Amino acid sequence: MKYVDEFRDGALARRIGDNIATEVDPSRDYSFMEFCGGHTHAIARYGVADLLPPNLRMIHGPGCPVCVLPIGRVDMALRLALDRGVMLCTYGDVMRVPASDGLSLIRAKALGADIRMVYSPLDALKLAGANPGRDVVFFAIGFETTTPPTALAIRQAERDGLENFSVLCSHVLTPAAITHILESPEVHDFRTVPIDGFVGPAHVSIVIGSRPYEGFAATYRKPVVIAGFEPLDVMQAILMLVRQVNDGRAEVENEFTRAVTRDGNARAQAMTADVLEVRETFEWRGLGQVPASALMIRERYAAFDAEKRFELNYRAVADHKQCECGAILRGVKRPTECKLFGNVCTPDTPMGSCMVSSEGACAAHYSYGRFRDIPVVAA
Amino acid sequence: MCLALPARVVELVDMDHAIVDLGGVRKRISIALVPEVRVGDYVIVHVGYAIGMLDADEAEATLKLFAEMSS
Repeated sequence: MKYVDEFRDGALARRIGDNIATEVDPSRDYSFMEFCGGHTHAIARYGVADLLPPNLRMIHGPGCPVCVLPIGRVDMALRLALDRGVMLCTYGDVMRVPASDGLSLIRAKALGADIRMVYSPLDALKLAGANPGRDVVFFAIGFETTTPPTALAIRQAERDGLENFSVLCSHVLTPAAITHILESPEVHDFRTVPIDGFVGPAHVSIVIGSRPYEGFAATYRKPVVIAGFEPLDVMQAILMLVRQVNDGRAEVENEFTRAVTRDGNARAQAMTADVLEVRETFEWRGLGQVPASALMIRERYAAFDAEKRFELNYRAVADHKQCECGAILRGVKRPTECKLFGNVCTPDTPMGSCMVSSEGACAAHYSYGRFRDIPVVAA
Repeated sequence: MCLALPARVVELVDMDHAIVDLGGVRKRISIALVPEVRVGDYVIVHVGYAIGMLDADEAEATLKLFAEMSS
C-alpha cells in the first residue's frame, strides 16, 4: 500500500539504526518513552529494539486506550447490557477487557447480553435507526484520534432524531496523561523511571497538532518528537531524540510532517468542543485519578449521554492483586517482571488490560518478543 | 486503537461522504472532518472517518531524510 510499504523498508531501517549507533554517546544511557500503543506495537512487531544500541532503552507508555480503561468503566457498560437490556455497541478492542466477577463484554455476550462489535460509531447509529424499539448505547473509548467521530455521531443522532441512541463517553486526553507521568514520583522525585524524551503520538497529533506538547517540553525540559506509526518513523524519531539530548535541547519536533501540522485539524477540534467538555477528573488504570484528563458530553446534548439517561454511577474496582499492569503502564516495570505474564495471563486469557489489545505492552511482548529473552543455543 | 490508514479518494459521493481505495479495497467513509478533500487526494482513515489529509511532498521529504547518513 502506498505511504505504508515505503515506511517499512528493511535496508533503510538498518541505515537509520547505523546512524543512531554512530550518534549515541557511549558514555551515557538514553531512555525514551513511546507514549502510544501504536508505537509499542511497531517496535515489537518489526524488531526495532534489535536495531538499537544497548545503551538506548525504550519505555512503553500508557497510550493504549483499552489498557488504561479502568474496570469500573467496563462494569458500567456490562450492567447496561446485562441488567437494563440495552443493545451495547463498542469497538472490538474493548470486548475482552477483564471486568468484575470474571466478566468481560464478550463473556456477557455469551451469557445472552446483546453486545455488538462495531467498526465505526456510524454502525451504532445504523443499528439505532433499524431498531427504534431498543435502547442503543455506544460505549465510546479512545484518545483524541477517536473522539471527533464520536462527537459527529452525537450531532448526527440529534439531526436524525434518533431518540433511542446514547453514548457512554469514556474518551481520554493525551497531554494530561503525559503531564501526569512527568509529575509522578517515580519520574519527578526518585528518578526510578529515567525519561530523557518522548516519541510523541501520531494520529492523535493529526487532530490536536504539535502545539499542545510545547508547554511541557519547555516546562519539564523533555524533548518530544512526534512520529508516524511505521517502523522507519519510530526509528527516525529516536535518532532525532538522540540529537536533541546530545545538543541539550528540549523542543517539540515533528517527524510525521506528512500528516501532522502545528495546529492540527481545526474542524475536528471544533466539532469535539461543541459536543464534549473536560471532566473534572477521571480514573485511569495504572495512573489513578488524573485531573482534567477525560471528556464528557455537554449539557446541551444530555439526551444522548448514557450516564444521565440511565443514571449510572462510577464505582472504582481494584485490579487483580498480582497484575502489574499499573506499574507497567507507568514504565516502572517490564511485562516479564509480572508473575502472571505468559502463564495465566496470555492474549487468549488476559488477566490485565495490557494483555488485551495488540498495542498493550504485555500483548506486544508476548506476541513478538517473548522468544527474544531466550538465548539461541546450537543443537 | 488509534489505528488509521492512508487511503486514496476515488469518488466524492456527497458533501459528507467519499469512496476511498485502500490497496484495492473500496469503502464509503465520512469526509465531514476534511471537507476540502478532492478526488486523488490521500486521507488518513480512522473508524470510518477521514481525520486528516496526507501531504505527498512531505512524505517524499521524510523518505529522503531516512536515506541520509550521519557524518
